[in-house]
Amino acid sequence: MSVLPDETGHFGRFGGRFMPEALIAAHDELTQAWTEAMADPAFTGEFERMLREYAGTPSLLYDATKLSELAGARIMLKREDLNHTGAHKIRNVLGQALLTKRMGKSRVIAETGAGQHGVATATACAYLGLDCVIYMGEVDTQRQALNVARMHLLGAEVVAVKSGSRTLKDAINEALRDWVASVDDTHYMLGTAAGSHPFPAMVRDFCRGIGDEARAQCLEQTGALPDAVAACVGGGSNAIGMFAAFVDDPSVRLYGFEAGGDGVDTARHAATIYAHEVGVLHGARTYVLQNEDGQTIESHSISAGLDYPGVGPEHAYLAETGRAEYRPVTDAEAMDALALLSRTEGIIPAIESAHAVSGALTLAKEAPGSTILVNLSGRGDKDMTTAIEWFGLGGTGIQRADESTGEPQA
Amino acid sequence: MSVRTAFDTARADGRAALVGYLPAGFPDVAGSVDAMRAMVDGGCDVIEVGLPYSDPVMDGPTIQAAAQQALEGGVRTTDVLRTVEAVAETGAKVVVMTYWNPVERYGVERFAAELASAGGSGLITPDLVPDEAAEWVAAADAHDLDKIFLIAPSSTDRRLAMTVEACRGFVYATAVMGVTGARESTSDLAGPLVKRARELTDLPIAVGLGVSNGDQAAEVAGYADGVIVGSAFVRRLLEAPDTASGIVAVRALAEDLATGVRRG
Repeated sequence: MSVLPDETGHFGRFGGRFMPEALIAAHDELTQAWTEAMADPAFTGEFERMLREYAGTPSLLYDATKLSELAGARIMLKREDLNHTGAHKIRNVLGQALLTKRMGKSRVIAETGAGQHGVATATACAYLGLDCVIYMGEVDTQRQALNVARMHLLGAEVVAVKSGSRTLKDAINEALRDWVASVDDTHYMLGTAAGSHPFPAMVRDFCRGIGDEARAQCLEQTGALPDAVAACVGGGSNAIGMFAAFVDDPSVRLYGFEAGGDGVDTARHAATIYAHEVGVLHGARTYVLQNEDGQTIESHSISAGLDYPGVGPEHAYLAETGRAEYRPVTDAEAMDALALLSRTEGIIPAIESAHAVSGALTLAKEAPGSTILVNLSGRGDKDMTTAIEWFGLGGTGIQRADESTGEPQA
Repeated sequence: MSVRTAFDTARADGRAALVGYLPAGFPDVAGSVDAMRAMVDGGCDVIEVGLPYSDPVMDGPTIQAAAQQALEGGVRTTDVLRTVEAVAETGAKVVVMTYWNPVERYGVERFAAELASAGGSGLITPDLVPDEAAEWVAAADAHDLDKIFLIAPSSTDRRLAMTVEACRGFVYATAVMGVTGARESTSDLAGPLVKRARELTDLPIAVGLGVSNGDQAAEVAGYADGVIVGSAFVRRLLEAPDTASGIVAVRALAEDLATGVRRG
């Protein structure tokens, strides 16, 4: 277990708890319940059993030999896309749902952007018999109607949020408002390693199986630790779950890939750490996309899961201390990587995860022959509408990717 | 000068103080100044100038809509400070109510210095608890500003003691477990919270969240030192066909509430 955060939830100068007093008692209760649960073998044993028997972990560490050949380095994919519900997120929601029951609460609320965390939350609530209300920006409910239908099928209520920009950050605001009024019987199941203490640390610990498994698998399959680990970063739960296992391995370089959108030289991106403005958002001090008056700026990414103007405070800390390096990957680069992985390995990644794949391809060029672990955090089924539009699919091929990678047409 | 004097004056009159809130820049900067002055004319002892913020998690739909309109109108942090100055000229005590990030972004020390020189008395910080407030406390103390933190029905005894100890000016008691917005009935959580806080501090205790008319104000004034009204004022402006008639309605509400705090 990592030493950070400190007792008050700080990772260096980042993190903390910038929350209304009305919610502090709930945060204290949650911190205590989580701390006790993690020290209770009955809880951790049940969590591991659910992950194994229900979610399908440990996920494979796949030696992507054909992609590696193209890239010039050994790329190994942590196949979180093969988990139940198709992403790493099932780990976090099962942990928090089990904790909700342990706290004697019966209702769960959550925010969702693309709907992935909403579907995962609704899944865990269906599995464990909890009432579930999902807040989702109205714009997102329209963009992700299929996920809304999934949540309905799983028995969740979906509230379309009409305030602000009607996207993820507004859904978070609305969920917090619900929580202030319902905290006695309700747990707020935050979907990423951001927000106020204990959420960043708790979500990391529920997701750290990704890294623990990958580290052991890598040692077993290659006989050594990797040279580098790569993951995409929006709020940063999959990345911190991966990084946590390697933070104390000084030889392993950690790389987070943020959504560069149209490019970090434009106003349309979600590369929060790259933009490098410290602020307070949704309960924590971290890097925040903001204007000169401290008003949050709307982020942009082709991937809804990375389209967030903040980032988990532990990532801010890892960036500031230099332990991890964060780089932007544009929409176009991510989509190229998505197409390349699909063709070379027969794996369609989530667009989020494609940012990490793209980043790994660059790392391979910088360090030929190295071993790079990539967290393939989710599968791409949910992104087919975007892919159809981007590539003009339904015709004869993936021309755009072929042009930009220069690979011969398969 | 501390907002405390407004509470002391009210107490000397044998009544609770009336605290009115509006966001700066709503409906526009000039209109918000006029509306706040009308609130003073109508009987508000203290004006809370809201600093509009893009992510107001403690506010309900009414205040969020007003803040959004102010931001879309281009209101800046400097406009908020100008508003404080214009309202403080009336002689009423003025405090700024703000989420934390805009202050941190402006520079905590710089904000404190400019707030003090604009004639503001202090800051109400809904998402800054004393645990995270070291920088603000230092700046406030350096500039003789009030630090108004919130207490809630869910606050433990230990937190209540710690929070009122950190406050200066008055203590802001959130009457309900919920966000801002006018409510049909006042909360039954507020009375016990005020009673708990009173055992810990001599500071005035004002109750906010949910009060919308003179009768409710009278009821709250029965046990609190101040009655805070926000959304009901905002609604008068939101629902008015134009700013001038909105300001008339704001003043009428202030008068109704001022009568209420004198009945309590």
